[in-house]
Amino acid sequence: MKNKVNREIPDEILASTGYKPFESVEYGHQVNQRVAPKVQATTGPNKVVESIDKIVEETVRDGMTISFHHHFREGDFVFNMVMRSIIDHGLKDLTLAPSSLTNVMNDIVVEAIEKGVVTNITSSGMRGSLGDVVSHGALKNPVIFRSHGGRARAIENGDIKIDVAFLGVPNADEMGNANGMNGETAFGSLGYALMDAQYANTLVLITDDLKPYPNTPASIKQTQVDYVVKVDKVGDPDKIGSGATRFTKDPKELQIAKMVNDVIIHSPYFKEGFSFQTGSGGAALAVTRFLRQAMLDNHITASFALGGITKPTIDLLEEGLVKKIMDVQDFDKGAAFSMKSNPNQQEIDASWYADPANKGAMVDKLDVAILSALEIDTKFNVNVMSGSDGVIRGAIGGHQDAATAKLTIISAPLVRGRIATIVPDVTTVITPGDSIDVVVTEIGLAINPKRTDLIEALSKVPGLPIYTIEELQERAQKIVGTPEPLQFTDRVVALAEYRDGTLIDVIKQVKD
Amino acid sequence: MEIKKTAMAGTLESSDIQIMLSQGSNGLEFDLVSDVAKQFGKAIQATITDVLNTYDIHDAKVKVVDKGALDMVVKARAITVVQRALDMADEPDWKVI
Amino acid sequence: MVAEERLRRTMMFVPGNNPAMVKDAGIFGADSIMFDLEDAVSITEKDAARYLVYEALKTVDYGNAELVVRINGLDTPFYENDIKAMVKANIDVIRLPKVESAEMIKELEQLVESAEKEFGREVGSTHLMAAIESAQGVVNANEIAAASDRMIGIALSAEDYTTDMKTHRYPDGQELLYARNVILHAARAAGIAAFDTVFTNLDDTEGFYRETRLIHQLGFDGKSLINPRQIAMVNEVYQPTAKEILNAQNVIAAIEEARRKGSGVIAMNGQMVDRPVVLRAERVMRLAKANNLVDSEGNYIEK
Repeated sequence: MKNKVNREIPDEILASTGYKPFESVEYGHQVNQRVAPKVQATTGPNKVVESIDKIVEETVRDGMTISFHHHFREGDFVFNMVMRSIIDHGLKDLTLAPSSLTNVMNDIVVEAIEKGVVTNITSSGMRGSLGDVVSHGALKNPVIFRSHGGRARAIENGDIKIDVAFLGVPNADEMGNANGMNGETAFGSLGYALMDAQYANTLVLITDDLKPYPNTPASIKQTQVDYVVKVDKVGDPDKIGSGATRFTKDPKELQIAKMVNDVIIHSPYFKEGFSFQTGSGGAALAVTRFLRQAMLDNHITASFALGGITKPTIDLLEEGLVKKIMDVQDFDKGAAFSMKSNPNQQEIDASWYADPANKGAMVDKLDVAILSALEIDTKFNVNVMSGSDGVIRGAIGGHQDAATAKLTIISAPLVRGRIATIVPDVTTVITPGDSIDVVVTEIGLAINPKRTDLIEALSKVPGLPIYTIEELQERAQKIVGTPEPLQFTDRVVALAEYRDGTLIDVIKQVKD
Repeated sequence: MEIKKTAMAGTLESSDIQIMLSQGSNGLEFDLVSDVAKQFGKAIQATITDVLNTYDIHDAKVKVVDKGALDMVVKARAITVVQRALDMADEPDWKVI
Repeated sequence: MVAEERLRRTMMFVPGNNPAMVKDAGIFGADSIMFDLEDAVSITEKDAARYLVYEALKTVDYGNAELVVRINGLDTPFYENDIKAMVKANIDVIRLPKVESAEMIKELEQLVESAEKEFGREVGSTHLMAAIESAQGVVNANEIAAASDRMIGIALSAEDYTTDMKTHRYPDGQELLYARNVILHAARAAGIAAFDTVFTNLDDTEGFYRETRLIHQLGFDGKSLINPRQIAMVNEVYQPTAKEILNAQNVIAAIEEARRKGSGVIAMNGQMVDRPVVLRAERVMRLAKANNLVDSEGNYIEK
């Protein structure tokens, strides 16, 4: 059947998985029964175990669900250490349920898939060689992609039942009190990992820095922890915050950022006490810089900045332009290291950040969200998951969640190389067009026709080039030409959940 | 027309395309590498073939490494490589361009 | 005058053999885009750049920008083919580098005219401009500027010029003061545009503003640029003040009033408004519009 974003969801998938098709971006006031983890009481003097091998032997069994976080990003050593041991122990049929998968994890996951060690995966996303083999049908069962808020919801209501969570931390004491903000490999907020800490049946901390007891501040508490493993190194500090956070000098990105800023400051939401989420990436950081100037010029301060945090946002906090940072993840060292000294940089877990099924998430209070896209279609649906060749190479992250903001702006170039960003139909719908308000490209912007208020407000701004989304799509197509349609087999290799747990799209195996 | 020498045009920079043209005897033999081969491989070949045909070249080996070039870039590089291969870089065929 | 006066605040250089930059050149709002077949292109790639720019001019939508190409000099083997290809591609303006005499422009004009005839383009529709890059060029600036009806502007090119003058560029620009004034006078006397030289240090924002304010004060139409990031800075310097805009609006209103009355004399506050004042007012309003300081009806927008 076709769901509400016009995506064909195979009936056999609905039947075999019990999924409901996507209906609406409104979650409403559903009542859900949450699950609670099994707890084995601990009374010993400490929980330190000398090796990962020992802990794997002790805790992991065939068919279990194991989880990790991705706060170490490309500097992560923990994932590879644990997975190596799991593969070498000949375990089978595991479900891998990390908060996301970074490139540094790809090779070993591919190996685990090939050896039958991992047969199910749920993640925010995947890229590179892993996305490639999954898109070519290597995994036994379809991957389930969930947003950060969706993963929190799925863990709370038992859709993801974590048997063993392996969480790397830059510091911990012998009983498992730990945080992400101190130490050489500090990454700041433990936001995504806090879900695993609360709900896993067995929680294993892995650290290279055993602190005197009791270690505070404790984001993960000894009441949640079963084992602490001391290793030589949990990560490479230089790669934890790599890549994301330099100000762009790319004139095209600057042009887009300037226009995003124009949209924000001419919207009804740009007023004292507003809130925003900018994310990482060149254009997003440039937006932060433009926004800073606009806030100074107009004597406006923000009540909070949300989401993945970067140093430029910390600077706004320290300048008094932003009152609070609600921090689920830090993208660079500047943001990571400031957490311990900035009481207004509040660590929040993924549920608090973005979960639709709790008693109120930060995204519900969010005014302005600036998000990126691989593709946007003329219905404003956004794809952040599959490339123009149909291969998985992205992550939902907080995209679906933050897009529920009052003003959601997608910033993206009209074309990348010979690939149009604005297309008649996206390859995979991840975020429904109903939650997208404005699309900004280097040549101009398009406003969701449902937002007549924004159309009216922005039409008055001289020099702001406003097009219809169809006009932008035609411009893009005129530049690149018409691509040949992608070829897929009938086999479903991945399911994309909407944040409420309905199915928004499926990804099929690519035909080469 | 006869290809006089093996010639190359274009670079491996993003948005460019590198085309190498050499003598052949078995029609136009393409060897194409491109990140967008699935979507635009045929279009790239068609554009190069068009240019070769206007110079009356029907036998050649055509090695193509595409880096996401737009059609106008493909055409410009194809014209360049043909004129180089025909030793007429200094005396372009104004009817063609 | 060859055409209605247009704004030429920014003339952005685009290396002619760089596909990524050639395809994106139109998105930054430059008043003029100058595709470079000369110094930005190595000697072995002259043909490649020529066809790339040719195809781009044929296919890419560059909006309202004036399209200029800097061809290779007449002492090079590429000169004539560059002219033919660019005339055939319907370029707006051909810019000749290292111009030292009116004869060079006249020779260019002849070749352009025969190319126009060969490719069925309207004779006279290809405009020309000259880059002055030597003491000889500065000395002959007047005759160069007036050498052809096709001329729309002359530009100072300071790197070669300062070398010729046995100096180099200094932050205060004293070494360019004479050349700038000569070129500006030659341009104004001939009724064409004057373009200042490039500023190459992208990290010296302060120096860029200082130089742009200076040439704005002198009266240059605009500046040659090497990076799109410089466009907004030039436009900011050329942006009229609120007072200038309000004054210009009054002048425009007086013109309307005179037209309505059928009077040949324009008066404002009981004083006659003469032609220079009208011209300045029109230019201020063009600049105000280009900087989004007035709405579509010409009303000033309070910031």
